[in-house]
Amino acid sequence: MTQDVKFYQTGTFTVGNRLLDPELRTVQSSIARDNSLTSGHRACQGCGEALGARYAVDAAMRASKGQLIAANATGCLEVFSTPYPETSWKLPWLHSLFGNAAAVGSGIAAALKVKAQKAGLDQSAVRVIAQGGDGGTTDIGFGCLSGMFERNDDVLYICYDNGGYMNTGVQRSSATPPAARTATTMPLGPNPGEEFGRGKNVPLIAVAHEIPYVATATVADLHDLEAKVEKAMSMHGARYIQIFVPCPLGWGAASCDTIKLARLAHESGVFPVFEAEAGAITRVSKIRRRVPVEDYLRLQRRYAHLFGANPRPDIVARLQALADKNIKRFGLLEEVA
Amino acid sequence: MISQMEGSQAVAQSVALCRPEVICAYPISPQTHIVEGLGALVKGGKLAPCEFLNVESEFAAMSVAIGSSATGARTYTATASQGLLFMVEAIYNASGLGLPIVMTVANRAIGAPINIWNDHSDSMSQRDCGWLQLFAESNQEAVDLHIQAFRLAEELSMPVMVCMDGFILTHAYEQLELPSQAQVDRFLPPYEPRQVLDPAEPVSIGAMVGPEAFMEVRYLAHAKQTMALELIPEIAAEFAAEFGRAAGGLTRGYRIEDAETIVVALGSVVGTLEETVDALRDAGEKIGILSIRSYRPFPLAAVRAALKGAKRVVVLEKSFSVGMGGVVSADVRMALSGIQLNGYTVVAGLGGRPITQASLRRMLADAVEDKLPPLSFLDLNRDVVDRQLEREARVRRSGPVAENLLRDVSGQTKKPEVSA
Repeated sequence: MTQDVKFYQTGTFTVGNRLLDPELRTVQSSIARDNSLTSGHRACQGCGEALGARYAVDAAMRASKGQLIAANATGCLEVFSTPYPETSWKLPWLHSLFGNAAAVGSGIAAALKVKAQKAGLDQSAVRVIAQGGDGGTTDIGFGCLSGMFERNDDVLYICYDNGGYMNTGVQRSSATPPAARTATTMPLGPNPGEEFGRGKNVPLIAVAHEIPYVATATVADLHDLEAKVEKAMSMHGARYIQIFVPCPLGWGAASCDTIKLARLAHESGVFPVFEAEAGAITRVSKIRRRVPVEDYLRLQRRYAHLFGANPRPDIVARLQALADKNIKRFGLLEEVA
Repeated sequence: MISQMEGSQAVAQSVALCRPEVICAYPISPQTHIVEGLGALVKGGKLAPCEFLNVESEFAAMSVAIGSSATGARTYTATASQGLLFMVEAIYNASGLGLPIVMTVANRAIGAPINIWNDHSDSMSQRDCGWLQLFAESNQEAVDLHIQAFRLAEELSMPVMVCMDGFILTHAYEQLELPSQAQVDRFLPPYEPRQVLDPAEPVSIGAMVGPEAFMEVRYLAHAKQTMALELIPEIAAEFAAEFGRAAGGLTRGYRIEDAETIVVALGSVVGTLEETVDALRDAGEKIGILSIRSYRPFPLAAVRAALKGAKRVVVLEKSFSVGMGGVVSADVRMALSGIQLNGYTVVAGLGGRPITQASLRRMLADAVEDKLPPLSFLDLNRDVVDRQLEREARVRRSGPVAENLLRDVSGQTKKPEVSA
């Protein structure tokens, strides 16, 4: 089911379905939609992870014609989706531990391969995704993730990156950005919030493994996200997608600003959106209208200590410099002739 | 077929006969030769179809096993010592999820100090994790127990550890009989999972369980192990009928019928004990051995029945609970609840210290005269311990413990002056 096109805004900065051909549009609601993560779960209002997972998993379901198994790390996504005896998952789904989703995915893929061989097939029609938050991916699950990458196991790993351990009460992870307040990086002392110079860029680490496909995406551009999941599912071997998912609770942001924050993260250069294949970056999503990092920061209470009564323009400038570095490094701005 | 082969290679052959579909391997001594053997069988196409994954840690090994078992594949791995401890979180997870994974534990000490040699500290540390634990006395029994373990695991939908003494069994070359593929196929049907990740029938496995049902889920694991007390002897009897030799079961008694003294032990030391007991019998002592082959579930009734007529019980253990005493002894005492007899715990063989006939004979001579203390350590060099305690009392920065003790043992340190 698609809407009739009412008007075009070509030449403007409006982002959305209505600029696309009907067959290319992202469909929110349709009887054909799998709704793999179906309604009734306990995610917070405006949860970026729930939104990202809904689109990513449904895209993977479409790409695999419903032949999909998911391994899930411990975390918000697991807790809000499966309060016993209820489950929001309409696909076969396994939660084992916090730090092993990638390895569990490897095990599922290995079992499917043997079963396919026993049925006389080259490869299994059933595909595997493994998913977790940034803590379960970049910290405690990192060893298993790297092992899955280097063995090139046939698993698509999806990391929902909200920059911290939100399920345990908003603590710092290796994906927490500099200056951000968390429960373990409080806005105290001369360097409030998370220290500069720390953290782990797992998408680039994934690229360094030279796996078939790596991508980043945000929940501000669901069409791009779906296309990347579908592209990943068209390939075999280890694949990685990191999705930027704002967390209203952990970031101190309004629930209605989830999409806006994801868009500002991209448009400011805070979160570079790109694709890589076999170790080389193949495409970047250009910034269409560059915005200052401050526009992104001001909507979040985790950065409130940078503004207000004792502002820290010096720290805002350092954060702007990091975004500028991203823009330069990934070539996020259109080249001016 | 009778062959002369290394224990690890024999176990690899035995596991291969069970047609595992996924094997995950991470090297740790003294288990390594088992997965090396299996890797060669898969790589050479002799074990097919089978996926052999070289993983990056034991934690990953057990996690891969969880994924593949939940997808309906017969799954095997092997580990030891630090490796077993590194996978502990996933070990509890596998039993909590009810996944019938079979794992060999090539028993080895746990550091620090790092020590690669045999004792039972590793698997004993996991006695409460929900896995069944079977102990092999010999390499022949290790071969046979793996075949039984897959049957047992899959009938109960619970994971099983087969424990065999590191080096003493894993690296020993012995004559043993490997069964034929046809025999194993008759004994072990293809795996039919109770729960499986299947797009045709989607289920969520591993959901959160609150106070309203958690106790019942845990109790169910206990109920399964209680059922195993019936199932283990049944499977052992079926095994004997098919393969023509006895293996497994809950316990095995050796010359216990009229025994006044019974030594309780697990694993390969039972073979050593048999010779000691024979010699003592020749000297007129009424002494026997009870070998515990199923440590979890612990066969309380069988142990009680075997020991209740004795005057004294000596539990010979290759592990101990620091600050308390024997691990197996506590379970044996539970089995003997209400029965008055003299009980002794003898901790022996830690970190691979040889358990010699001479030491056993000396210890048992004391035991039959009730001269043993309740807890003793076979061949403990008390002098070395006292020297370290004295050193620590004397100087604050007494230095690394293991290095001090090794210097003392090798005679490189002089006894300190009392006035120093």
